[in-house]
Amino acid sequence: MTADALTGRLSRIDKARSYDWTGLACTALTAFAALLVVLMVAVIMGNIAFFGWRTVTWEFLTATPREGMTAGGIFPAIFGTVALVLLMVVALVPFGVGAAIYLHEYARPDAWYTRAVRFSVNNLAGVPSIVFGLFGLGFFIQFLGRHMDRALGLDVVWGQPALMWAALTLALLNLPVVIVTAEEALRTVPREAREASLALGATRWQTIRYVLLPQALPGILTGAILSVSRGAGEVAPILFTGAAYFLPYLPQSPTDQFMELGYHIFVLSTQSPDVDATKPILYGTVLVLLLLTFLLNLTAILLRSRMRARLAGRQ
Amino acid sequence: MTVLPAVAPPPLDHAGRAAVTRRRVLWLRESVTTLLLRACAFSAVAGLLLIMVFVFREALPVLFDPETRHEVGVSRIFATPLWQPVGNVPKYGLVPLVVGTLKVVLVAMAVAVPLGVLSAVFASEFAPQRIREALKPAIEILAGIPSVVLGFFALIVMASWLQAVTGSPSRLNAVNAGIALALGIVPTIFSVSEDALRAVPRSFREASLALGASPWQTAWHVTLPAAGAGVAAGILLGLARAVGETMIVLMASGNAAITSADVFDSVRTLSATIAAEMAEVVVGSPHYAALFFLGAILFVTTFLINVVAGVFVERLRRRLAGA
Repeated sequence: MTADALTGRLSRIDKARSYDWTGLACTALTAFAALLVVLMVAVIMGNIAFFGWRTVTWEFLTATPREGMTAGGIFPAIFGTVALVLLMVVALVPFGVGAAIYLHEYARPDAWYTRAVRFSVNNLAGVPSIVFGLFGLGFFIQFLGRHMDRALGLDVVWGQPALMWAALTLALLNLPVVIVTAEEALRTVPREAREASLALGATRWQTIRYVLLPQALPGILTGAILSVSRGAGEVAPILFTGAAYFLPYLPQSPTDQFMELGYHIFVLSTQSPDVDATKPILYGTVLVLLLLTFLLNLTAILLRSRMRARLAGRQ
Repeated sequence: MTVLPAVAPPPLDHAGRAAVTRRRVLWLRESVTTLLLRACAFSAVAGLLLIMVFVFREALPVLFDPETRHEVGVSRIFATPLWQPVGNVPKYGLVPLVVGTLKVVLVAMAVAVPLGVLSAVFASEFAPQRIREALKPAIEILAGIPSVVLGFFALIVMASWLQAVTGSPSRLNAVNAGIALALGIVPTIFSVSEDALRAVPRSFREASLALGASPWQTAWHVTLPAAGAGVAAGILLGLARAVGETMIVLMASGNAAITSADVFDSVRTLSATIAAEMAEVVVGSPHYAALFFLGAILFVTTFLINVVAGVFVERLRRRLAGA
């Protein structure tokens, strides 16, 4: 082979390499996929904001539904949602944080029981939300509630759909969220902080209470806020555990039923006798729920990015 | 060696006794908190077990209770071609529901897998820093949209647009529900895949590029295979979510239990059936047990998919740890 032929070949290979058209097209395809996702998000948000913003007035937020839910506001639904997620957080956060502390501070990482807990957390996160609803109905209402009623000699107080059962169902649904974020938060606390505290004679619990928890607080808050935002949007688990189609009064106790924003959206969009008349109210409700979850998510994301920055600064 | 005579310790003075008490209190508190924390951790295990026990418990009559079996026994559930729980002769046939679920899930995966994986590749391999930082919040926003809102959008807005484009006779159908469902699972597929792709060591890419491969060749032949287990896990987690997702399909699919291969027919899925019918059911009736049976099927299916996804995640971790 002459030197000329060789150079010719080499340059051809070079050319083939520098004009990787298929590659370029495929790269463009990935960019297009990303663009499509962003566009879809933009269309959904834009549509809801455009048709919803006029409805969301102070009166809409503070009034009760009127005229077969074609007029008035959504205050009972907002109230019910807030009561629901507050009860949920109160039940959920101690358990979630406790589990995270145990997993990260006490448990041997490769012991069988540690693996069992991690396996359960991972798979709990994958259980369909409607199955949580079935569980809430089968366990909390039919089993626990019925037995409580029988033991207390009551008629039917606990053995029926109620705010408390819905909150507990959602708490179990969100347990993995809180455990995972709280554990991530504990990971950001430097080892030296633990060692210093123990070396000064503090016990394990004192170290956790006065050193770890204060430092991990932003992360724990992140988890709590994320769970609230998820809890506010989940409808399937509360369908048969406590949500009500329409109530003329606000829930007075944890054994009452309640109206909820997500469920209200479902009811308005599927069971309204007059779709066009409900549309403004429907869009307004959707916008309120979206704003609520977004503000919560935004707070959580900001808190988390601060926490991660601290972690990165340490390494 | 001299043996020291045993001497009884001097009796404790007041301060000494107080110190001992304090230490005992601390020790007690320590063991109690350890116990409590352990109980918290095992609440996750207990939760999963309770879900299993109580969903299965209510579904058991389908298998064992003679009166229930007369209406919804296993042989009937699989042989009956219709799901008509309300009527003079209620029919509980699983086939239309399973076919409906499969159709919706197939459409959703056909849309969500390319979208999710390709945009993950874009974000981790090709996107400039600034675009990536804009893309991730957009995905997080999508992940934060409650499924009832996606269902609302598919029902009120998207169904009409799709009908205008495709001209299909039924406004709510498997395609409509599938696309809405895809929007719900794209964030899962995206974030798990992207994490896996970014976990691939930079040296892999540098080696490939140094050998003269183009960025696309590097992404396709080097990075993607290296992160393959993670991407597979992301797809499986998305699949599990798609099978179990309720509100989106309940609102956007039309809910007619039709057995057909046409994706433009209205469909009823397992999850939507539970959601739509449980509220009107008499507790303890055959219908009630049948709905819990559907729930048990959903639980087992998603559980198995998630376990396999967990195996893939573990494999990826070990592989990249070894690299």
